Amino acid sequence: MILAERKPLAEIIELIGDARKVLVLGCGTCVTVCFAGGSKEVGILASQLRMAASKAGKELEVVEETIERQCEDEFFEGVKEKISDADVVLSLACGVGVQTIAELFPEVVPLPGVNTTSFGRPVEPGVFVEYCAGCGDCLLALTAGICPIARCSKSLLNGPCGGSENGRCEVDPENIPCAWHMIYERLEKLGRLDWLDKISEAKDWSSSASGGVRIDIREDLREIKLES
Amino acid sequence: MAQRDDLISTVPDPDPVMKLDPVPGFEPVIASLCCHYCSYVAADLAGSMRLQYPANIRIIRVPCTGKVDIIHILKAFESGADGVYVSGCEEGSCHFKIGNLLAKKRVYYAKKLIEEIGLEPERLEMFNTAASQGPRFAEVATLMTERIRRLGPSPIPRNVAFVNGEKEYEFVPDN
Repeated sequence: MILAERKPLAEIIELIGDARKVLVLGCGTCVTVCFAGGSKEVGILASQLRMAASKAGKELEVVEETIERQCEDEFFEGVKEKISDADVVLSLACGVGVQTIAELFPEVVPLPGVNTTSFGRPVEPGVFVEYCAGCGDCLLALTAGICPIARCSKSLLNGPCGGSENGRCEVDPENIPCAWHMIYERLEKLGRLDWLDKISEAKDWSSSASGGVRIDIREDLREIKLES
Repeated sequence: MAQRDDLISTVPDPDPVMKLDPVPGFEPVIASLCCHYCSYVAADLAGSMRLQYPANIRIIRVPCTGKVDIIHILKAFESGADGVYVSGCEEGSCHFKIGNLLAKKRVYYAKKLIEEIGLEPERLEMFNTAASQGPRFAEVATLMTERIRRLGPSPIPRNVAFVNGEKEYEFVPDN
């Protein structure tokens, strides 16, 4: 799923500025799982905004709403009016959701309430870790399922660097394990250490962010436009 | 004054708030979220023992402090409570094993949230009171009331909390 974390309240208040009516719009998918922008977080942020406004002597109406997914047009059907009625829409969805609002409602300037960080998973309650970098050319078959692009701090392709110590990464030894150490241990358990003999050549990053905007097209799924 | 020695709580010892002077003429409204299995029973016991404690607290019974969510705490502040405290079983004695430990973590997190708004985090605390501790219930109520008297009124006016324009929570008006 997509990971995000909520922006500090002070930044959000600055973004809202002088608006009188704010719609806090949550997203019921990824950001709900990472506790950044689901209905619960919408309630918490809305409550904080009301109290902050009340403390500052400002009048602020905060409307709360959460839709299933902010990255797909059809889910906005039920909140169209609330979006048009609000002075500002504060989206707690990932960057995709915020941009979907901009595209569907050209007159609305959506505000991001969270910082979208990465693709990852909850490894234990309350801990969310990046697992995929969306590089567009998956290498997981070579490493028995541990991504050296996302989980090695240097995205190395051929084993660990000198900063790997006792299985930890020098970038943040306390929190980041060395991905190549993990790959080695995993391959050893699987009896596949010989896989490491294969040298990976320089990766073609054109399928990643360096290759421009990535667009996937499935012709078989596209809309059929009939000529009338 | 409450005896601090045997109080298990998130209140630091020594408590810097107690060095302040009470705000004259101010009577706080304090929401007390009490666990059904311990503190609520202790409140009953305090009553049976004819113990005096400040009338400032509004007891809200919860099935376990682990059921107390951050939003419940925020709603109490939003509706104008000057202080909020969560009162659960002694650590290790939770009827649901870890409900009170979860509550403590949430209290610490919610302290940060109210600090972001500009409220003093000391307005929110967690206490542990066993069902047999009627006197401690009164002690905690007194301690919290004394602390909030010193912190002064919450800058959030006493009113009702709204969700989507609908009245959701209402505080018993102060008399």
